[in-house]
Amino acid sequence: MESRKATVRLKPDTTYDRPADAVSAFRRTSVVVAIVALITAATLIAAQTGTPQTPIKIGFMVPLSGGNAQNGRDILNGFLMYLDEIGYRAGGRKIELIVEDDEAIPAVGLTKARKLIERDEVHVMAGALLSSTGYALAPYITSMKIPMVYPVVSADDLTQRRRSEWIVRTGWSGSQPNHAFGEYAYRTLGIRSVVTIALDYAFGWESVGGFERTFQAQGGHILKRIWVPISVHDFAPYLAQIPRDADAVYALLLGRSALQFMRQYQEFGLKGRVQLIGGGTTTDEHVLPFMGDEALGTVTALHYSAALDTPANKTFAESYRTRYKKIPSYYSESMYTGGKWLIAAINAIDGRVEDRQALVDALRRVKPEGLPRGPVELDQYGNPIENVYIRRVERVNGQLQNTVIDTFPGVSQFWTFDPARYLSEPLYAR
Amino acid sequence: MTYFIVQSLNGLFSAALLFLIASGLTLAFGVMRIVNIAHGSFYMLGVYVAYTVAARTSSLLAGTLLAVLVVAAIGFLMQRLFLRRFAAQPLAQMMMTMGFALFFRDAALMIWGGDPFTLATPRWLAGSLEAGAVVFPWYRLFVIVVAALVGAGLWIINDRTLIGARVRATVDDPEIAAAMGINVARLSGSVFAVGAALAAFGGVMGGPILGGYAGMDFDLLPLAFVVVIIGGMGSLKGALIGAVVVGMIDNFGKALVPELSYFTLFAPMVLMLALRPTGLYGRA
Amino acid sequence: MAARSAERPWRTPVVVLLAAFLLLSPPLLSAYWVGLLTQAVILGILAMSLDLLIGYTGLPSLGHAGFFGVAAYGVGVLSTTYHAGVWTSIAGGFLVGTLLAALFGLIVSHVRDVYFLMITMALGMVLWGLSFRWIPVTGGDNGISGIPRLEGLIGLPATGPVPFYYVALLVFAVSALLMMLLVRSPFGLTLQGIREHEPRMRSLGFNTWLHGYLSYVCAGAFASIAGIMWAYYNGFVSPTYLDLTASSELFLMVTLGGPATLVGPVIGAGAIVILKNVMSAYTARWLLILGIVYIVTILWAPQGLWNLGKRRSG
Repeated sequence: MESRKATVRLKPDTTYDRPADAVSAFRRTSVVVAIVALITAATLIAAQTGTPQTPIKIGFMVPLSGGNAQNGRDILNGFLMYLDEIGYRAGGRKIELIVEDDEAIPAVGLTKARKLIERDEVHVMAGALLSSTGYALAPYITSMKIPMVYPVVSADDLTQRRRSEWIVRTGWSGSQPNHAFGEYAYRTLGIRSVVTIALDYAFGWESVGGFERTFQAQGGHILKRIWVPISVHDFAPYLAQIPRDADAVYALLLGRSALQFMRQYQEFGLKGRVQLIGGGTTTDEHVLPFMGDEALGTVTALHYSAALDTPANKTFAESYRTRYKKIPSYYSESMYTGGKWLIAAINAIDGRVEDRQALVDALRRVKPEGLPRGPVELDQYGNPIENVYIRRVERVNGQLQNTVIDTFPGVSQFWTFDPARYLSEPLYAR
Repeated sequence: MTYFIVQSLNGLFSAALLFLIASGLTLAFGVMRIVNIAHGSFYMLGVYVAYTVAARTSSLLAGTLLAVLVVAAIGFLMQRLFLRRFAAQPLAQMMMTMGFALFFRDAALMIWGGDPFTLATPRWLAGSLEAGAVVFPWYRLFVIVVAALVGAGLWIINDRTLIGARVRATVDDPEIAAAMGINVARLSGSVFAVGAALAAFGGVMGGPILGGYAGMDFDLLPLAFVVVIIGGMGSLKGALIGAVVVGMIDNFGKALVPELSYFTLFAPMVLMLALRPTGLYGRA
Repeated sequence: MAARSAERPWRTPVVVLLAAFLLLSPPLLSAYWVGLLTQAVILGILAMSLDLLIGYTGLPSLGHAGFFGVAAYGVGVLSTTYHAGVWTSIAGGFLVGTLLAALFGLIVSHVRDVYFLMITMALGMVLWGLSFRWIPVTGGDNGISGIPRLEGLIGLPATGPVPFYYVALLVFAVSALLMMLLVRSPFGLTLQGIREHEPRMRSLGFNTWLHGYLSYVCAGAFASIAGIMWAYYNGFVSPTYLDLTASSELFLMVTLGGPATLVGPVIGAGAIVILKNVMSAYTARWLLILGIVYIVTILWAPQGLWNLGKRRSG
């Protein structure tokens, strides 16, 4: 095998007979390199400081396929409506929204979060529907030190024992409205004995837990706790277990199970015989329009109602109805308010979203006005202190609505308990 | 006592719906050896189509009729155009039905959106039977009666008619059946279509109580498989008995041992497969 | 070997290219893409393990994600509730998954075909129900989060997506090698004989029940390895790791990729991971498209992509 002499060439097919040529070639090359380096450096520096030309990127993630798709869609729609109202601009910059489908599967949520944060390089995150996704994302969001807004995730512990300094909730915690409701049921509705029937997962346990705590503290009595697996669609075996002499049935359901339950509650003769009360999602507007007269008279508690009679909410509900041809659910309102919150924070720091610490501090600080659900401020754990509305289902102008019959102002996730004492006790469980 | 009566009646109601769904599944397997993962999709499409038609025409009957016809057509086309090509490869057939299941699921979401709904209960069936302490909805009793009639009808067709004989022959031995002059291809398509129609009918029957919602296709499917396994694949009688067994176990299980409600369904299935895989009335 | 390459000469270069890509590209790719490759590699181990059952033994399992999930839960519970060390957690996860396969194998190994499909599906659902309801241990619907990062714990100087990826790649390579040796061994050949014609194998004196059982346990063991890696990759465990959707997707990875090849399922896993993630960025209708892709692929490549060009024998 013949050996080949390695020839060093600065340019292909050119030989350098004279040193001067090599030097000029070297000079040319170094000039080009310097220019490229300068441009790169300038771009990098510009990207860091975020000139007014570069948009603010918001990463948004909800289920858009599968069984939870409609709720995810509602959350997104609320956000889109708000962004439209402000013309996709905040803090003097344009807003770019990147939406991903988390399929209601936590592992997918994590993958999409990685994509949004590491590939799309968003400045702030928002979204998530299921508590399981909320829990799964929290460590990652914290490790990436990026602010995230949870508009709907209601797992109590996410703003309690497992809170993160980077996650802010603009929605609610599951037990929050139910603390108030337990008292209301005893004092105002005069209920003394209750049978609870709830979906058998953390959301159900926390809602019932909150209700029970205050209801029993007043002197009320829980006759029976019925837990229904999430996959159930026929409640007959459970309805047959309800003692007819109970004062009321407290039901915590959502989505299609709320619809089915309402229908079957009437079928089995319980409607009109045992008063039906429940968590807010049981009659929330994402299912209420599909119910019939069987839902009338149900009393529930939530931090929102589409029928809330305030100017801010009337405007919001009208716009939403016009735009999406349906009444807004609490999911829709969640990211409308969440959007207002986010934008208020961005404005408070003059659009410098690259400073993530400043942004998350602003998120905890701001108090936007004119929210559809009423006045809201965040407690120091990152959960809203907001009104809890007691609603009754009524038919007004031919349509079912959650008429607000009472209001508990300024309810926090800890109710009237001292936070430190509250946190030292265990989470509501089955 | 009241409790026992109500649960038994509801067990029969569950059995009624399960029979309607499982009968199609067991026929598809018996005749064509197809494990139809998209069977839950037929159930779902049935109630969705009925909903749309009933909303437009205010007639539940029209909704039911059209739902059954439309889904039967879909099933027929699916079998003839796609599944038929893999008549000798059950695994490929099953995978293709998986692909269809995903397709139907997202197509339904696209067309109808994700809101849940229930069908209106027919006015003449509203209300409940109240005998002493026992309260049981008239509509559920109606469903039990209808399913029994359908079951009887299927049995008559299967046992007493020429078509039924042909189907039974094909289940027993497709090659000999073809040799005897039976058009196995057309028969398969028709049987699959009938199975799809039965599932759709089941969806409509359940409509006023269980309604329709995104994701219902995969919720129902495992139950249908439990019924078919316990009853025996390919046997209509097995589908009936299996449905009653599963309906009863499910209802009483949920009531008596709510902790184990998931296992009460699948434990019998595992037991049956462990001890007698062909089920109560199936053949190898 | 030479005859096979002659039949489909494109196989060897594809494998070489893929191997080179998997080995060399990560330092050059963004963290997001390294993440996707990590997922493909871990799910590749899982897909290969299922191939042992579906492809080589002819046992179609629709509950295989169960062992994957159980091993992941093992890691999750040990490392968070019991604060166990990393090697204890890994060993624990592996043991619990493999022992479960050994237990379930006793129930399933006597049935075949559609009955095997059904019983494995049922067992998978039982496991899912368990993960959902055994709340004190599994955390129920919320799952278990807070699993510590693997790289530092096993003594690597660097942490991050790229070091983790190489750990996963190493585990993948070792698993692939072991499985390859398994399927080429006399045991593996017997399995293929059982797949082809079980009565004949029995008449030749082979204990087909035992072979099916051992195949099931081995598949469960390798699935457990994948589950351990998946738990560390995500940092959490959830019932969605072992539900029917997970098992179905896994089944499709193997059958679309090409059963009885080991390489095919890996390609199937990678293709589905990338397809799902890339598509969902552009359209909300990605599930619809995925369904169509499955249908079309089965129509044109019923034996799977990697088996394209193979003439069906018999």
